[in-house]
Parts: sequence; C-alpha cells; structure tokens
Amino acid sequence: MTQTTADNPAPARRQRAQIKERTLRTDQWWRYPLVTFIIFTAFLVYATWAIFDNDFFVAPYHAPFASPCLAEAVCEPDARLFGWAPLGDWYTWPPGLLILGLPAGFRFTCYYYRKAYYRGFWLSPPACAVNEPHSKYTGESRFPLILQNVHRYFFYAAIVIGLILAYDAVKALIEKPGGVGTWVLIVNAILINLYTLSCHSCRHITAGRLNHFSKHPIRYRAWGFVSKLNAKHQELALVSMFSVMGADLYVRLVAKGVLTFPFA
Amino acid sequence: MGYKAKFRVWRGEGGEGRLEDFTVEVNEGEVVLDIIHRLQATQAPDLAVRWNCKAGKCGSCSMEINGKPRLGCMTRMSTFGEDETITVTPMRTFPVIKDLVTDVSFNYAKAREIPSFTPPAGVEPGEYRMQQIDVERSQEFRKCIECFMCNNVCHVIRDHEENKPAFAGPRFLMRIAELDMHPYDVVDRKDSAQEDHGLGFCNITKCCTEVCPEHIKITDNALIPMKERVVDRKYDPLVWLGNKIFKRTGSKS
Ligand code: SF4
Ligand code: SF4
Ligand code: FES
Ligand code: FES
Repeated sequence: MTQTTADNPAPARRQRAQIKERTLRTDQWWRYPLVTFIIFTAFLVYATWAIFDNDFFVAPYHAPFASPCLAEAVCEPDARLFGWAPLGDWYTWPPGLLILGLPAGFRFTCYYYRKAYYRGFWLSPPACAVNEPHSKYTGESRFPLILQNVHRYFFYAAIVIGLILAYDAVKALIEKPGGVGTWVLIVNAILINLYTLSCHSCRHITAGRLNHFSKHPIRYRAWGFVSKLNAKHQELALVSMFSVMGADLYVRLVAKGVLTFPFA
Repeated sequence: MGYKAKFRVWRGEGGEGRLEDFTVEVNEGEVVLDIIHRLQATQAPDLAVRWNCKAGKCGSCSMEINGKPRLGCMTRMSTFGEDETITVTPMRTFPVIKDLVTDVSFNYAKAREIPSFTPPAGVEPGEYRMQQIDVERSQEFRKCIECFMCNNVCHVIRDHEENKPAFAGPRFLMRIAELDMHPYDVVDRKDSAQEDHGLGFCNITKCCTEVCPEHIKITDNALIPMKERVVDRKYDPLVWLGNKIFKRTGSKS
C-alpha cells in the first residue's frame, strides 16, 4: 500500500495553497491597528508636551505626570512628597524626567500594550490572518525584544507610583474636599491602581506560579481576585491611560489659570 | 426562504489552484459546510472537504471563510448578506492535499515532541489524589478539539514557514502550560518551552485566542502565564537568588 506519511511526504503535499492576496478578509480589519496607532500617538505627543510643561502643581493638586517631585530647585515645598526632595539645587530639569521612565516602562512592557503596538505600529501582524510585511520574524525570542521579560520589575515600581498617586489624591481630599480636581485625582488614582493590580505579572506573583493552590488558600483567593481584574486588563489599560492624561491636563489648566470656576 | 448565494471556493491540488465561482442554493438554518456539501452533490462532485461531526466537536472542518479561520459546520449562512460573495479557502499555514483539505501532520509531529504527563516515581495510576482547585486551571485547556485553527492563524508560522521547526504553535505551547501547571507532573518544562518549543516567538498578539472555536483564553491563561514561569527560571535574578538562599529546588512549587 502506498501511504504518504508525515516524515516522507510526497512532493505534492509539501506546498501550501498558493493564494496571492494578502488577506481575503472582507471586514474592516484595519480599524483596530489604525485606532490604536492614533490613540497611542496622541498619548505620546501629550506626554512629551507634559514633561516639559512646568505648571504641574497648584495646591493641593499635583499633576500625575510629575509626581513625585523629587528635586529641590524645581519643586516648591508643598509639592514634595512628605517634604522630601533628595535632589539638590543642581537639578533644574523638569521633574517628570526623573520618574516617568517607570510608568512609561510599565506600560511599554505591558502584555496588553505589547499586543496593541505590535499590531498597530509594527504590523506584526496588523490583524489576524492578514500577512505581516516583514520577511523575517523572531518575536520576543532574542535581543532586543527579549528584554520585555523585565516587565515584573516595572510592576514593582508601578505599585509604588500607584501608592504615591493615591497619597496625592488623599492629600487633595483633606485640603480641598469640594474641589473638582480632588475628585479627578481620586478617580484617576483608583483606575491606575486597578490597572496595576490587573497586571499579568501580578497575577503570576500572587499565585499563578504555584501548582498547588490548595496549599495556599490566601494566595489562591488573591489570585482569583486578580484574575477577575485581569480579564479586564485591556479595558483598564485604556481607561487609566485616558484618566491619567485627563487628570494631568486638568491640574495643569488649573495651574495655568485657564480653569478658574469656583470649585476647580 | 431559500436564495441563491455566490460562492468562491479554492480548488486545486498540491499548492497550485485557483478560486472558482459558484452560484448555489441556500436554505434557512444552513451552515457553510451544508453549502459545500450541496456543491459536491450538484456541481462539483470531486470537491474535497474534511468533516465528521457537523457539531463543532471533532475539529475536522477547519477552513477559511472570507479570510477568517472558521469551522465550516459552525458558521451560519445567516451571518452573511444574501448578496455577499463568500470566499472559502483551505487553511493557509499547512500544505494542501486537495481543495479544502490540508495536511495537518505538522501538528501531530509537534505533539509528539512534548514529553507526556509524568507522575512522581512510585505513584501508580489510581493513586493520584488531586483537589479540584489544583486541576481546574488546566481543565480549560482540555476543551480543545484540535481544529488547529490557532496554529493556522499564528503569524509566527503562517507568515514565516522557516519558523516551523522551532515553534510548536499555540496549541502545543498551551499543552506545555497545561502540564507545567499540573499538580502531579514532575517534568520541568520551563527551559524547554523557551528553547525547544519557541515560546519566545509568540508576541502575544492574541490571534489564536480570537479564532478558537472553544473560546479558550489561550494567550491570557496559557501563553502569558507560561512566559511568566519562564521568566522565573531564566530572566529574574531575584527568583534565582531566592532559590539559592532557601535551597528551593528549581522545579515545581
Ligand atoms: S498570541 Fe502568540 S501563539 Fe497566539 S497567535 Fe499570537 S503570536 Fe501566535
Ligand atoms: S486551542 Fe482552540 S483553536 Fe487551537 S486547536 Fe484547540 S480548539 Fe482549535
Ligand atoms: S501591566 Fe499589562 S501585563 Fe502587566
Ligand atoms: S465537522 Fe466536526 S467540527 Fe465541523
């Protein structure tokens, strides 16, 4: 009996169907990468502007992109974290430069953002079953993308940043409970912290790395909670991105005197 | 209630082929596989298609419908407009045998490369005692019907034939995750997931999850957790130090 086996296929069985179209999809598959590209670009443009904008503080509000403010020369005493400013007079650049690398790195190495920008910016792939334009592909198996594996360290940093933003919000609540800005900061702090907790690395650290949940009931419960949040990770990533941008802009507009209504 | 639908079906053998146009009757409640069968019965008796259960459970009828990997038997005609031309092609990533039938032996070869479930020495079958919460996570992965649409859609091999030797595909990376999470499996699978089976190629763009007819969260629940386990083993100096200090054996916790 002649039988064609996997190890010794007849020549005719080695070839894929030759279809020259890049994709035969008829839906609007280009929308997701296009929308991603536009939103992320807008965010990057805003963040670049915000770093170099110096109106980041108006008591009791602290713009999230510049918090914590760690330099003596650029942070007025009220804007410092517990009055602490480890960097002396010599540091005169924008304070955001000191810390923004942490939340930026957290989002850049986030599994959701990776998916979104690999699709929207690198087109690898632009959408499912649409050929990518690159002739070679090694993904995250080697340098530089293998560095994405540091994500969990950014997660540790993001916990700290999340706590600082919560502290800023509580401080505003104590000093100006009726201020619109206070509530803007509170909502933002909640969303940022939910995003941080929904992280895949967080899910792994709570108990994902274990094989015997039954021996670690508390961690298992924490894992269950994080898993629920994790299922909404993409949504939290986007909503918290808008909220941090909105809160930052809001504080700066108050600081600039653009927003002057009584409860601003 | 019937109407005439326009179909374009890929016909050919061993790679060479073309899209052929058909006009064919459609009745209420039918699925794409029914229409393919009607084509066979009325206009193209030699049209090749693989199928078995017609219930979305055997994973035989994987094809690409309007460019998307779908099960022919689970794709309702009512989801298309009556004037829409429906294009049906074989899965692109695997060699074609004839018409809509592809040679999926790549997948069986990859399955064989993964060491099977290995219980601790001295524990006989029948003596395994596991708690539900310990096995629950991997039970999701057991819903797989091996339709191989996830491996078909994955751009790592769909767009790069040359990656096939180094990449097991989402279906089998998920199998590795399933075993690595198993409370009774003693084989250490982290290094080999990365080095032998190409987990690093996956850039978590989630197309496997998008096409899975069983709605398994392949990327979120298998691939990303497996990537995090590999980080523990290979890329996290703190975990490495912790293992040294507390003399934890590197294997399973
Ligand atoms: S998530 Fe990874 S395995 Fe799944 S299709 Fe994308 S690249 Fe392939
Ligand atoms: S994981 Fe889903 S898509 Fe992949 S082979 Fe199994 S059922 Fe099919
Ligand atoms: S923040 Fe998105 S995965 Fe960690
Ligand atoms: S025929 Fe069995 S899944 Fe479609």
